[in-house]
Amino acid sequence: MAVMEQTSAVGFRPSMLLSDTRYRSITFQVLILFALALGIGFLARNAAINLEALGKGLGFSFLSDPASYDINQRLIEYDSRSPHWRAATVGILNTLLIAFMGCIAATLIGVTAGVLRLSKNWVIAKIMTVYVEFIRNVPVLLQILLWYGIFIETFPGPRQAEPLLGGGLVVTNRGIYVPAPVTESGFGYVLIAFVLAIIGIIYFRRHAKKVQEETGKAYPVMWISLAILVVPALIVFLIMGSPLTWEFPELKGFNFQGGIFARNSLLALWFALSLYTGAFIAENVRAGILAISHGQTEAAYALGMRPNRTMRLIILPQAMRIIIPPLISQYLNLTKNSSLAIAVGYMDATGTLGGITLNQTGREMECIMLLMAFYLAVSLLISAAMNFYNERVKLQER
Amino acid sequence: MSDQTSTAPDGSGGPSQTRQYPLGEIPEMPAPGATTGIVGWMRNNLFSSITNTILTLISLALLFVIVPGVLNWAFFDAVFSAESRVACREISSGACWAVITARFDQFVYGFYPTELRWRVNLTFVFFVIALLPILWDNVPYRRQLFWLATAFPVIAYILLLGGFGFEPVQTDKFGGFLLTLVIGVTGIAISFPIGVVLALGRQSDMFAARIVSVVFIEFIRGVPLITLLFVASTLLNYFLPPGTTFDLLLRVIIMVTLFASAYMAEVIRGGLAAVARGQYEAGDAMGLNYWQGMRLIILPQALKVSIPGIVNTFIGLFKDTTLVLIIGLLDPLGITAPILADSKWNGLSTELYVFVALFFFICCFSMSRYSQYLERKLHTGHKR
Repeated sequence: MAVMEQTSAVGFRPSMLLSDTRYRSITFQVLILFALALGIGFLARNAAINLEALGKGLGFSFLSDPASYDINQRLIEYDSRSPHWRAATVGILNTLLIAFMGCIAATLIGVTAGVLRLSKNWVIAKIMTVYVEFIRNVPVLLQILLWYGIFIETFPGPRQAEPLLGGGLVVTNRGIYVPAPVTESGFGYVLIAFVLAIIGIIYFRRHAKKVQEETGKAYPVMWISLAILVVPALIVFLIMGSPLTWEFPELKGFNFQGGIFARNSLLALWFALSLYTGAFIAENVRAGILAISHGQTEAAYALGMRPNRTMRLIILPQAMRIIIPPLISQYLNLTKNSSLAIAVGYMDATGTLGGITLNQTGREMECIMLLMAFYLAVSLLISAAMNFYNERVKLQER
Repeated sequence: MSDQTSTAPDGSGGPSQTRQYPLGEIPEMPAPGATTGIVGWMRNNLFSSITNTILTLISLALLFVIVPGVLNWAFFDAVFSAESRVACREISSGACWAVITARFDQFVYGFYPTELRWRVNLTFVFFVIALLPILWDNVPYRRQLFWLATAFPVIAYILLLGGFGFEPVQTDKFGGFLLTLVIGVTGIAISFPIGVVLALGRQSDMFAARIVSVVFIEFIRGVPLITLLFVASTLLNYFLPPGTTFDLLLRVIIMVTLFASAYMAEVIRGGLAAVARGQYEAGDAMGLNYWQGMRLIILPQALKVSIPGIVNTFIGLFKDTTLVLIIGLLDPLGITAPILADSKWNGLSTELYVFVALFFFICCFSMSRYSQYLERKLHTGHKR
């Protein structure tokens, strides 16, 4: 009855702080917090002394000084007299641009490769296996540099470059030019038609679903949706007299002018990040599909469903629940990996805020704090979205 | 009943003749020729439907275009020894591997002093021997080799950095595969225990331990490694007492290790969550205290479940060592920059990058294969 004696013992002895499990956890926690406070205090004191000695206090006023460097890839107005905060904004927008482009391409590549890797077709499955294994086991930074090197070495210089597709595509060793759309008055109506069409599609889909649930009759939803989306907008476009022209790139002097110009650095980064993340997504997709019990497939076949529909209506909706969370964390990885842009000179947040601004102003502490805050904010936002999704699709336990 | 007969196709596959057999005496026939052997395999796996046939033909056509081109470039038209890029191109238009042959030592040792490179080689040999007993059970003299493995960090430190009668070498001379292995192996060895502690901390009942672990893990996982490397290269000196400086390589190793340990913690947390609640309770019921229960009951099961994730984190760490080139360390990828700047070899980036890629592929692929072997070996409980 040792337990009885222990619990009945009244009074508190200091040795119980270590020996008694009731108090021991409190002792440990106090020790942890104390050590933590001591460590942080030590680091903060050192930082204060060192900054004092160098004569730079903490402060963010440098952000409004002129940046005096140029950024060749930008989504908003910027020149070298603009302040540092504007340069940082350009960088952040560039990060978001590459992240957005990369996520879309990586999803397309990854889903295709993941599904095809499970294909019964031996050649296709093997090709996809080789793709996934090679790409996953080579550092992404190396892949970015490799693509960049290949683009520069194999594509011709601007003066030798032959416009392809009737001038619609110019490939040079500086980047790729495609025609830029120029909207004229009346294009707004086309956009309005598009928006109305999308609303129409939503209503049509609801109606189709209702009909299918009541009568079992299935409309060819995809084709009708596509028709609703394209046909009215096309008619409006023709009525308004085709209010859209294309600005083609033209060789002027040593370089091409006009059109949309995607630099090599952006393209190499986009290629490498999409292929790399795509390989990981392919594995997630494959795992998700394999996790669905084979009985589900057999049940669908027993009901007389074709393989295509089985995949679309039975397997994928269930697999999605498993695929989406790792998919979102792959998006997060892609966004973080886009910071490697600095290696090919694409000016993203790391290249501006953590690169040139840091070196010019010597404000290491502030710049890196801002940079980390930006990436943390992005990743916390994405995590929040993921948690929200997980909560929504959680299996309803019965 | 003997007049009843049955028909069966003959096995010859010729024009559809049928033979009459008494019921119950139908002999076993070979399967139709088109469903067995290589023809049957091709029908099932390559040409089972129209879509499949089209896909097969398209991919075979693509392979016929790509594979010979790549093989010609990499092997048949390649130049393996030449004086410079121009000399290479005079011989053939394929890959100029001569650059690798010429600069191979730099890829392996970086700028480690030439006359001391035997020490690096010796370290590599010791490393392989020390790895044997850790990776496989049935190595002869495993027990003795374990002692070597325990002593290996000290041996490697003395051999690589000098001291104790050896001529000292500064870490800024490290480079190439040597640097990758130093950062990678140290990071892997240290991040694993830290990861375990962080994972336990995140699961702990103690509020303080939990909050510290959560903040650390989420912070590290939320920022790219490159920003942590910037911290190592520019910021860390601010946080040390004035006048102290310490080695850049050490700072980088610390940051890489912390980075990997946060990811490791999340992987192991998943494993811990997969261990049934009853196992914890059984441990308590046996009278084991927290650490005993964790060491003997929970962690062996949790770690077994999380092997794929753990090895993935190792592979990730190994690949991430290339990032050190951005803060100026000369890992194999960083070594390519001075080679490309050499007027003899500039413009050969593809050859250099492919060579480095091959090195990483071999290392990472064998790690993932080993993890699959380990999974099979430890897959004892739930065989179906």
